[in-house]
Amino acid sequence: MSVNPADLLYSKTHEWVRIEDGEGVVGITAFAQESLGDITYVELPSVGDTLEAEKEFGSVESVKAASDLISPVSGEVVAVNESLENAPEVCNSDPYGQGWLVRVRLTGKAENLMDAAAYEAHCATER
Amino acid sequence: MPYIPHTPDEVQEMLAVIGVRSVEDLFADIPANMRSRQLDLPKGRSESAVCAHLEQLAAQNRVDGISFLGAGYYAHDIPKAVDALAGRSEFYTAYTPYQAECSQGTLQAIFEFQTAVSRLVELDCANASVYDGGTALFEAAMMAVRIAKRRTLVVDEAVNPFWRAMLATYTANLDIEIRTVGQRDGVSDKDALMAAVDEHCAAVIVQNPNFFGVVDDYSPIFERARGCKALGIISVYPVLQSVLKTPGEMGADVAVAEGQSLGQPLSFGGPYLGLMACRKEHVRQFPGRIVGRSTDVEGKTGYVLTLQAREQHIRRAKATSNICSNQALCALRALLHMALLGPEGLMRTAENNMALTRYAVKRLTALPGVSLCNSAPYGSEVALRLPLPAATLVQAAMAQGVLPGYPLGKTYAGMEHVLLLSCTEVNDHGQVDRLAETLGGLL
Amino acid sequence: MNTIFAASVPGRRAWTVNSQAPRATDMLPAGLLRANPPRLPQCSELDVVRHYTRLSQMNYHVDANFYPLGSCTMKYNPKFMEYVAQLPGFARLHPLLAQLDGRAAQGALHVLYEIEQLLCELTGMKAFTLQPMAGANGEFTGVTLMAAYHKAKGRQRNIMLIPDAAHGTNPASASLAGFTVVNLESRDGMVNPEAVAKAVQEHGEQVAGLMMTCPNTLGLMETQLPRIVEALRAVDALLYYDGANMNAIMGKMRVGDAGFDVVHLNVHKTFGTPHGGGGPGAGPVGVSEKLLPFLPLPRVRRMEDGTFALIEDAPQSVGHIGPFYGSFGVIIKALAYILRLGGEGLTRASEHAVLNANYLKKRLEDVLEIPFKERHCAHEFVASAPDGLRALDIAKALLERGIHAPTVYFPLIVHECLMPEPTETESKQTLDSFVQAMRDIVDTGRTNPEALHEAPTRLPVRRLDETSAARHMVLTEDMS
Repeated sequence: MSVNPADLLYSKTHEWVRIEDGEGVVGITAFAQESLGDITYVELPSVGDTLEAEKEFGSVESVKAASDLISPVSGEVVAVNESLENAPEVCNSDPYGQGWLVRVRLTGKAENLMDAAAYEAHCATER
Repeated sequence: MPYIPHTPDEVQEMLAVIGVRSVEDLFADIPANMRSRQLDLPKGRSESAVCAHLEQLAAQNRVDGISFLGAGYYAHDIPKAVDALAGRSEFYTAYTPYQAECSQGTLQAIFEFQTAVSRLVELDCANASVYDGGTALFEAAMMAVRIAKRRTLVVDEAVNPFWRAMLATYTANLDIEIRTVGQRDGVSDKDALMAAVDEHCAAVIVQNPNFFGVVDDYSPIFERARGCKALGIISVYPVLQSVLKTPGEMGADVAVAEGQSLGQPLSFGGPYLGLMACRKEHVRQFPGRIVGRSTDVEGKTGYVLTLQAREQHIRRAKATSNICSNQALCALRALLHMALLGPEGLMRTAENNMALTRYAVKRLTALPGVSLCNSAPYGSEVALRLPLPAATLVQAAMAQGVLPGYPLGKTYAGMEHVLLLSCTEVNDHGQVDRLAETLGGLL
Repeated sequence: MNTIFAASVPGRRAWTVNSQAPRATDMLPAGLLRANPPRLPQCSELDVVRHYTRLSQMNYHVDANFYPLGSCTMKYNPKFMEYVAQLPGFARLHPLLAQLDGRAAQGALHVLYEIEQLLCELTGMKAFTLQPMAGANGEFTGVTLMAAYHKAKGRQRNIMLIPDAAHGTNPASASLAGFTVVNLESRDGMVNPEAVAKAVQEHGEQVAGLMMTCPNTLGLMETQLPRIVEALRAVDALLYYDGANMNAIMGKMRVGDAGFDVVHLNVHKTFGTPHGGGGPGAGPVGVSEKLLPFLPLPRVRRMEDGTFALIEDAPQSVGHIGPFYGSFGVIIKALAYILRLGGEGLTRASEHAVLNANYLKKRLEDVLEIPFKERHCAHEFVASAPDGLRALDIAKALLERGIHAPTVYFPLIVHECLMPEPTETESKQTLDSFVQAMRDIVDTGRTNPEALHEAPTRLPVRRLDETSAARHMVLTEDMS
C-alpha cells in the first residue's frame, strides 16, 4: 500500500483534504481505492454547490461496490476534476494527485480529521 | 408426490447421513407455538384434472366476439415463431444472467432488445425492461426527480389514466407534487402544458398518441423543459412509433412504453413489460438491469450485466430502483416480434390499423348523432361522441356480440358520451361494417 | 456470435401484411411522422429462428443443468403449467373486459378468487392482493400498506428496521416508499432480539415496522421470532415477511399465525413458475386483519349468487400498484401448481427442500467451511471458500463442469460466501455429483490455484472484462 502523504488530513470515511490558502482539495485515499477495486464511475457535485463537513457530496462506483463520498470539510465547490468522467481509473492509479475530486473554498475550520499516522492506525483497525 | 424424486429408501439414507431420525427433526428450530396446523387445502389432483378445471374456467371468458377495445392494450397478431422461440426452455427456465459465461444467450438477446428499443424511439440506450408501462412511467419520473433534484411533475391529463393512478400511489409518500394539466375533448392542451413547465419542475410527462388516440408533436414542450432544466418524458405506442415522429426527433430525454403490443398476449392484464429508453447522459440514473458489450480474457466479444452499482443488490437503500426480477422473457418476445416483423412489417401494421380506423370513423360518423370528439389528427384509436352514454351503448352492443370500445366516462368525468374505439389487424372491414350495423340498430 | 442486426439484409422479410392501406404520409401531416424507418432487423423467418435457437444454446437452464442458486429457488418448472397459461380463454382476454361487463370474464375472476383463498390458507393471512408484478414490487406494496396503516392512525412513522443480512430489495423498497432504513446487526446468524428492542427503544414512536426474511438469508430459522414479534407489538409497529424463502416452511409455519402483518410471496420461486431469464414473476401480498382496508384496488369478491365481481370502492385503499390484476399469466401457473400438489404436496415440497439442503450441507462439511454447522439449515445454507480460495473461482469452475454456480458473495456478512439451494426437485444422485464436483474443485484449488482462475475455458466465452464494460459503455449496437 502506498504511503499516505504527510501534508494531508484524513477522515474516518477515507477521504483526504489538502488545505492551502483558505481552499481545500479533496480526494479519496489509497485505502479507499484499494477496497473498492477498479473504479468505474465518480459522481461529483457541480461548481457552486455547497459541501457540508461529514455529509455526502457524491459517490464512487466500482463493478461490484458503490460508496458515498463524505466531505471532510465545509465550503463551496470552486472546481471539480472533470477528467474523471472519462478516466475514473485515475482514482486508482493516483489517488493523491491526478485523482483529486473537488476543490472547495472553505467556510469553516476542518474538524475531526486525522494526520497520516493516526489515519494509518485507523486503517489498520478496518483491515 | 409430483416433482419429488426420492424413494423412501433414499430418504432414509439421506436422513442417516444428516444424523436425524425423521424429516420432522429438521424443523425443530421453528418456535413451538408457531408451528402450523395441518393445512386445510384441497388434496392434490392429477395433471389432467387440473387442466380440465382451468380449461373450464378459460371457457367461461368471452374472447370470441368482435372487439374494438384498446385503451392502451391491444390485440395484435403474434407470429407463431415468437411462441416457439421464447418457449425454448433454454430461455424460459434460466435465471437472471448473473453468471455471464453460461448466460450469453439471454445476455445477447437483452443487448439486441436494448438496441431495437433505442432504434424504435431514437434515443441512445434502453434498459432490459421494467414491469409495465405504468411502472416505466413512474421510474422515468423518479429519474427526473434525481437528475433535476426537484420534486414537481407536470403531467398531461391525456396520459394513460391507469398509469396516472399508479403514479399517484407510488409517489404518495414521497413529497412529490403532481400538476395535472387538463385536456380538451381529448386533445392535449399544449399551451397549458407550456405554461405549467417552469424552473421548479423535474419533468413534463406526455403521451403520443395520447390516451384518446390523438397524434401530436411535443417538440416545443420539450424545448421549454430543456430551457427550465427539466426533463421531457414521453410515453409511446410501439406499433405506431414505427411511423410517428420519434421521441429522439422531438427532443425528449426519456421515452417509455407499454410493450404489450410487441408480441405479448393480452392475458387479462399481464405479464407485460415496460420499455424505457434515454439519452446517454442519464443512463446512470436508469432503473433495473442493463447489458453491456465487453470482451473476455482472450479478446472474444461477450455480454455482461453492467452498471450494477446503481442496483438494489449493491446500493441497497440508495439504489435507483428496487426492481430485481424484471420481464426478461417478455422482452425476448418483444425482440422476436420486432425481428420477425421487421421495419416494413411494423410500419404496414401501423398503416393498416390507421386506415381501418379511418374507415370506422367514416362508417360511424355517418350514423345519426355520432361525431368525432375533436378535429385533431389521430392514429389507430379515436374518440367518438355519441348521442347516448357510451357505457349504455357498450352494454347493449356486447349483448349482440360486438364490443365497440371503451366508454371514456369511466376515467374522465364529463366524457360519459364519448367512446374510445381502436382498430388493429385482428379487425377487418367486415367487422367494422358489422359494428356500424349494430350501432345503427341501437342509436 | 453476431447480433441479429448484423444478419439484416435490406428488403428481406419474414412477415407480410396483406393490406391495401395507404402509406402513413397519406394519412397524417409529414410533421407528425418520423423521418426514417426504424432500423430493425430485416430477416427471413429461418434467419430469426436459427439465430435465436443458437443463442438459446448458450444458456444454462433448469431443464439441462443443476441450478443450486441460493435464494432463487430454481426448482423444476412443470410443463403443464405452460399449457394452462396459453389457453385462448385466458391469453386472449382483454383486462378491461371485466370492468365493462363482469359476466364476460367470470373464469378469470374465478382464478383470482380461487388462488387468493388458497394463499390465505397456506400463509394464515386474511387476504391477498395479486397486483404486485414481482417480489420487489410486492415489497413496495407491503411497506406502502404499512405506511397507510400508520397514517390512518394519524401518526408519522418513517423508520423501517431491516437486518444486515436482508436482500437488497428490502432497503431499496422501503426507501422507495419514503422510509428511512435503520440497519440491524445480526448475532449468531440471526436477527438479534436485543438489537430490535434497542432500536425500538431508541426510535420508539417512529418505527413503522421490521422487514424479515424467515428462514433468513443464511438459511437459518429465526429461533427468537416470538421475542421480536413482542418487541414490535409493544409499539404497534408492523412485521413484514419477505417470502423469498417460503419454500422452506410450507405446511410447517403459517406466517399469519406467527404474527406477521404483511407478506409477499415469489410465485416464480415457491410455486415453480419459470424465471424466464430474469422474469416475469409475480409477487402477491397477503395481509392481516389490520391492513385489510388498505389493499390495492380492484379486489375480487364472490357474490351471493356465486358469481364474481370486481370491487372498486374502498376509501382507505392505497390505490393502484399495477394497471389491472397483476401478472395474470404467471398467477394461473401458480394456481395450477398449487392445485396439482395440494396441501400435502406443498408440505412435502418444503420437507424435501429442507432435506436436500441438509444432506448437501452435511456432505460438504469436510469440503467447504460451513458456519453454524451445529444447526440444521432450512432450504439453503451458506459456506465459505476454504483455504484462501475465492468463491468466484469455485463458481466459475462449477460452470465448467456443467453446474450453475450457487449464489456468491451474498449475504455480505459471510466471508467468500457460497450459498447453495438445491430445491426439492433434485435427486440424490444430482446432489452427490455436485458434492463430488465441489470436492474436485477444492482439491484442484489447493494444489493448483491458477487452474481455477482460468475457469471456465470450455463455455461460449471466458471471463469477461466487467470493468471496461462499466467504464466504456456499449449498451446498444450503435454505441461504441
